[in-house]
Amino acid sequence: MLKLSHVSKTFNTGTINEKKALIDLNLHLEPGDFVTVIGGNGAGKSTMLNAVAGVWPVDQGSIVIDGVDVTGLPEFRRAQYIGRVFQDPMMGTAPNMQIVENLALAYRRGQKRGLGWGVTKAEKTLYREKLATLGLGLEDRMTSKVGLLSGGQRQALTLLMAALQKPKLLLLDEHTAALDPATAAKVLELSDKIVQENSLTAMMITHNMKDAIVHGNRLIMMNEGRIILDIRGEDKKKLTKADLLQKFAEVAGVQEETDSVLLS
Amino acid sequence: MNIAAYFASLSLTNLLSRMPAAVAQGIIWGLMALGVYITFRLLDVADLTVDGSFTTGGAVTAVLILAGWPAWAALLVALVAGILAGLCTGLIHTRLGIPAILSGILTQFALYSINLRIMGKNPNLSASVSKFGMIWETEGGKGFLLSSRFVPQAILVGLFLAALIIGVCYWYFGTEQGSALRATGSNPAMSRAQGINIDTMKVLGLALSNGLVALGGGLMTQFQGYADINMGRGAIVIGLAAVIIGEVLCDALFHKGCNFAVRLAFVVGGGIAYYIVMTIILWLKLDSNDLKLFTAVIVAIFLAVPYLQSQARSSFKHAGKMAQKAGKEVEPHA
Repeated sequence: MLKLSHVSKTFNTGTINEKKALIDLNLHLEPGDFVTVIGGNGAGKSTMLNAVAGVWPVDQGSIVIDGVDVTGLPEFRRAQYIGRVFQDPMMGTAPNMQIVENLALAYRRGQKRGLGWGVTKAEKTLYREKLATLGLGLEDRMTSKVGLLSGGQRQALTLLMAALQKPKLLLLDEHTAALDPATAAKVLELSDKIVQENSLTAMMITHNMKDAIVHGNRLIMMNEGRIILDIRGEDKKKLTKADLLQKFAEVAGVQEETDSVLLS
Repeated sequence: MNIAAYFASLSLTNLLSRMPAAVAQGIIWGLMALGVYITFRLLDVADLTVDGSFTTGGAVTAVLILAGWPAWAALLVALVAGILAGLCTGLIHTRLGIPAILSGILTQFALYSINLRIMGKNPNLSASVSKFGMIWETEGGKGFLLSSRFVPQAILVGLFLAALIIGVCYWYFGTEQGSALRATGSNPAMSRAQGINIDTMKVLGLALSNGLVALGGGLMTQFQGYADINMGRGAIVIGLAAVIIGEVLCDALFHKGCNFAVRLAFVVGGGIAYYIVMTIILWLKLDSNDLKLFTAVIVAIFLAVPYLQSQARSSFKHAGKMAQKAGKEVEPHA
């Protein structure tokens, strides 16, 4: 469903701040894969998701979604294939617009926006049903401005919006990191439900190793712009937090060694 | 100066007799302010093109009417000229990466020369008001008149046009495209993620906004019977004044928010309120050369109100005072 081939991206090329964020990255997701992505700060997790979403062009390599090469397409054109939820709850919704208007915007993702009504009557019924499944009571506040909602409510709404027009790929970029533990658990549960019900192909970045193990059918660990671990199926089910910590320590150990070589 | 003599010299009838003209002018500036509302509030861009495009609308209207065009056709061309001006600002901003505010200033600056060219290098084009007045002429010399010579009719025609334009705006901003435009102003990152080309939306918004502004300039030319190269100077400030006064009045009357069309009507109302205040200031025999200073002060006050209100509710100064009240044992920071 998603194929990254030899993708590289360097920021601030040729300056003292040069950062090789992605190095010859290869990744192939099968339809229905739900991949959790872990790794330390600066490992390239968000950079990989942004490369797929088309926030900026990559330096090298190709990105293919469901057989379509999207490497040369800007973000708003790739949006027809991709649903996204961001780390910052403020980022995924338009605060000055009503809940229904936000849903209607998402419902038309990837379609031409003409001079037909922005929200039709039939849609409102659909949105009411969908909102009711969240169990947050938003179905009774459909004309409220989204800016009045809490962070958790906004993330839940953003999730709903991302799946409203079934995407080929769902990208979740630490979407529970800014929420309190109880809300985060709810939003995660909702993510699982939405992915399963729509049988979506999804990638989820998380800093929580337990979440990374429990959710999805596949786990990748990144370090310094590369994928250093790719576990799926039965192996992933057997995976423990201790295994991952050990892998983290190995990677960190390698870094310490190179540091000591440099410093000696 | 003797204060008693000053007050004796003010005549209430004189003020009342000036009011209709103030209302008529206010409606026209209110229509122009709808254009400012599109960029300033919906698109979240401070567009300074309007000072130039208002004059462009006036200049085009004057030239075409003097050339014998019917007024309605001249006004339509003015609208298109304004759209082109906005397009220009939008393309400079999105295609050349120049900040929106600077793009507007550049276009506005360039428009001064273009406006002079349109007016055949005359800084001022006038004709008899009778030639300018008729927006829609029916047989027998009757029709819709927008002229300072027939103020009551001008008010009616102005209100009719305002209702028409508010209706069109209400419809457009409720469509898929209009919603996408509003989303672009509300959250550009989210809009891109929903597949909206925000550059296109910005160009579109700037074009529509300046089209309305130029239409306002054309109507003003109709009303006063002349176009002047400086007629748009400070238009952005008057437009902002109308938008902000209108919103403050609207929020004061509708605490729970109101329909979008009502909100737009209040923007036009803001234009009227602004001109009534200006008329009162002139009636008080304050120097008309100081009008721009008054306008700036009024706009600054209205812009500052929301900030000052939030400061009154919560500020470091306030928090510090409360802390000092609660416990006297700690010395305040010197």
